[in-house]
Amino acid sequence: MPAVQETVEQVRAIDIDQYKYGFSTDIEMELAPKGLSEDIVRYISARKNEPAWMLEWRLDAYRRWLTMREPDWARVDYPQIDFQDMYYYAAPKSNAAPKSLDEIDPAILETYKKLGIPLREQEILAGVAPENRIAVDAVFDSVSVVTTFKEELKKSGVIFSSISEALHEHPELVKKYIGSVVPTTDNYYATLNAAVFSDGSFVYIPPGVRCPMELSTYFRINEQKTGQFERTLIIADKGSYVSYLEGCTAPMRDENQLHAAVVELIAHDDAEIKYSTVQNWYPGDSQGKGGIYNFVTKRGDCRGARSKISWTQVETGSAITWKYPSCILRGDDSQGEFYSIAVSNGAQQVDSGTKMIHLGKNTRSRIISKGISAGRSQNTYRGLVSAHRRATNAKNFTNCDSLLIGNACGAHTVPYIESKTASAVFEHEATTSKVSEDQMFYCMQRGLTQEEAIALIVNGFVKDVLQQLPMEFMVEAQKLIAISLEGSVG
Amino acid sequence: MVMNAITPIRTPAEQALIGAFGALRDSGPASAALEGLRIDGFSRFEASGLPHRRVEDWKYTDLRALMREARPLAGAPDASVLLAAKVAVGRLPRVGGSRIVLVDGFHAPDLADGGALPEGVTVSDLAAAMAQRPEISALVTGQPATRANIAFALNNAFLTEGLLIEVAPGTELGHALDLVSITSDGAPRLVTSRIVVVVGAGASAGIVETHLGPAGVEYQKNVVMQVVVRDGATLEHGRRQIEGDQALHLATLEASVGAEAHFDSLTLTTGAAVSRSQLFVRFAGEHSNVTLRGVSMLKGRQHADTALVMEHAVPHCQSRETFKHILDGEAHGVFQGKIIVQPVAQKTDGRMMSQTIMLAEGPSMDNKPELEIFADDVACAHGCTCGELDADLMFYLKARGIPHKEAEALLVEAFAREAIEDFGGGPLAVVEELREAMLTSVTEWMRART
Repeated sequence: MPAVQETVEQVRAIDIDQYKYGFSTDIEMELAPKGLSEDIVRYISARKNEPAWMLEWRLDAYRRWLTMREPDWARVDYPQIDFQDMYYYAAPKSNAAPKSLDEIDPAILETYKKLGIPLREQEILAGVAPENRIAVDAVFDSVSVVTTFKEELKKSGVIFSSISEALHEHPELVKKYIGSVVPTTDNYYATLNAAVFSDGSFVYIPPGVRCPMELSTYFRINEQKTGQFERTLIIADKGSYVSYLEGCTAPMRDENQLHAAVVELIAHDDAEIKYSTVQNWYPGDSQGKGGIYNFVTKRGDCRGARSKISWTQVETGSAITWKYPSCILRGDDSQGEFYSIAVSNGAQQVDSGTKMIHLGKNTRSRIISKGISAGRSQNTYRGLVSAHRRATNAKNFTNCDSLLIGNACGAHTVPYIESKTASAVFEHEATTSKVSEDQMFYCMQRGLTQEEAIALIVNGFVKDVLQQLPMEFMVEAQKLIAISLEGSVG
Repeated sequence: MVMNAITPIRTPAEQALIGAFGALRDSGPASAALEGLRIDGFSRFEASGLPHRRVEDWKYTDLRALMREARPLAGAPDASVLLAAKVAVGRLPRVGGSRIVLVDGFHAPDLADGGALPEGVTVSDLAAAMAQRPEISALVTGQPATRANIAFALNNAFLTEGLLIEVAPGTELGHALDLVSITSDGAPRLVTSRIVVVVGAGASAGIVETHLGPAGVEYQKNVVMQVVVRDGATLEHGRRQIEGDQALHLATLEASVGAEAHFDSLTLTTGAAVSRSQLFVRFAGEHSNVTLRGVSMLKGRQHADTALVMEHAVPHCQSRETFKHILDGEAHGVFQGKIIVQPVAQKTDGRMMSQTIMLAEGPSMDNKPELEIFADDVACAHGCTCGELDADLMFYLKARGIPHKEAEALLVEAFAREAIEDFGGGPLAVVEELREAMLTSVTEWMRART
């Protein structure tokens, strides 16, 4: 495997305590007053100049949130979050509706440059074949600073913008779909998000259109003491196709910051959405100080017949991860897929998995989940596969494997498999093992060092998932895995 | 589960259980040994009430909804009850050597059968043993996971009598003990029984439990068996749950397995309207192995839950869990299994499998096979399948002239056989007898389908 050498070099060069994206950008920000109240909800809505119905929707969610209890069922442990001790809105001051990149604060541009995210279309164009181009929506703290290739996408009828913009330009679409997959009543963090979400991406692919390029959103938390609450809404109309990538990073800080996002996907008849995430929020230091709390609700609705939604995620960051990208297989013959690699190291806690809810006939789903725990981390796969009585001939295959490196970590599997129809065929398998001594011996006997051998074996272990990632992310993901495993040789 | 500070509203069943405990307490003191258990059990129950679907361990068996009423406590059987029980038990083919009979949860030595107890086996009153031997008291108290369980707590609360079965170290039993627990006919009651089995070091023993009762009676039964398999010992444990069709059956098996020991347990479930079989098994010594298996065959609106916790608390142990569900009608099967590997339990080898075949459109099956691993040098796996009979296999058999129903029966038997076939392995003749009895039950169950 040619990529392995690359990962090995990453292992050598980078230590877990040297999170590569840990810098912060000094920039003048506009912050909402600290804390959470109806006034803050009104403030956010007003800042975004939202229609009245949107404010009502938010307030309704906020009032409901006040009556809810924080969930405690996940295998994660963290001190009580003080929801009054953070800022719910933080926007760069200079970002008063920039018309072009030239109007954006150079410090922000510099930030994205440092992160390796291309925002200048002409830079991307140079030397890149058209089909390999990526359109980016860059979200900086609470606001979207720029969305690239909008004009070109418009030519195909594709709408790709920040959700705030979509609220003004396509209110009918937003109103029709928002909250239709993850209702405001869904869960504690989704309800909180509905009340205070500040930005995010909106994608609409018209019937029969194959989106001409990959779409992506890059989330960056920069300001201290802020929470990031973004909301992404992707609609693939009949017979359309879109591939969407999501990346995220944050500065290294001693405090914990909250990220509570909601992602809703809707696939109509014959449409396909491929959603890939490389989650690399700051994980905290090796002692567990600092890091992002990543409490995210992601759900796709295969609303139409023969529709398909595919989730791929590479999870290496965050102090705590609580996320279960799910598929509601409502349309007959629809398909759901979930490919995940969750790597935890240091004091990280991961509780992640998926739900495949089979409602329609002949629906199919596949789950491949690989968990790797090292250091003192706890890594849990939690998943649900269910077949409704009418979901005849539903099929699921689940494979969730865990790999432990070192003897201070934990790997756990909590699957729920619920079938209410005889013709549904469910298969589930899970294994847990450690990097075997035999494999290590074999590799090292051929001259590999211990780190190289581990990197090689681990990359083999996660290969099934990495192959699902778009090319650009595959390389990135391999590097990430190597970084997270550094220092884990036991 | 964090309880609300608000006083919960008691269901009629909970109120009846609280009343029954008061009446039992007023009827006179239990032996000092049991008194502490009862109070502990009752206070645990009183604090949390009957478990419901929001309690994770009972997610799929909502006892609060399924146990609408609590029946009055069964009293010691009188002469006529014993006589009727003798007739009913007499009809049951023996699957072992000496037969020990419990009627309504009370030991009925007069109904014993199959000759005197073999040498090395003693059966005694549990309360008396607890009073004299602190180690027995400690054992009866239970492991932490068992103690936290509400079915176990209720068993403690209503305990009036228990049985201690001991197999002396080094004893090798040729036949298993045939333990029959029968509930008498008449007004429905709540039966509570407790049996403690201690298999001494190096001994080899077998025990077969059969639980039965009258059809058409909504009796309730809460049975607990606590087993200790000492170092180098072997215990083969069989269990047939063929309760009456209206019964509610809660069974808890707790086992602690010493070093270089062997424990094999097979449960066959065909009876009761609602049943739950709980297994809490723990390795206490290295280089041991445990096999847990079960076959549940359910029809109509039967509900059966198997909830097991297999804890690897020491290194170098092996466990295998194989459970099969065969569901017909609108039956509901539940399997919740958890393998826990503690940080010290390196070189653990654990494998858990749950498989289901549905024979009709109506049944439902809920599976939750969990792994909880804290040690890195282990090999653990679980698998789970659920579906109908393989259409290709059916076609193959039918193409060879085998009628549809027979083809179904053949495939179902083969499916169940996987769990039953290699049961035991010890020297006991009874293992073979039990295996055959179980397989016959499978065949008969299939034949009885209309």
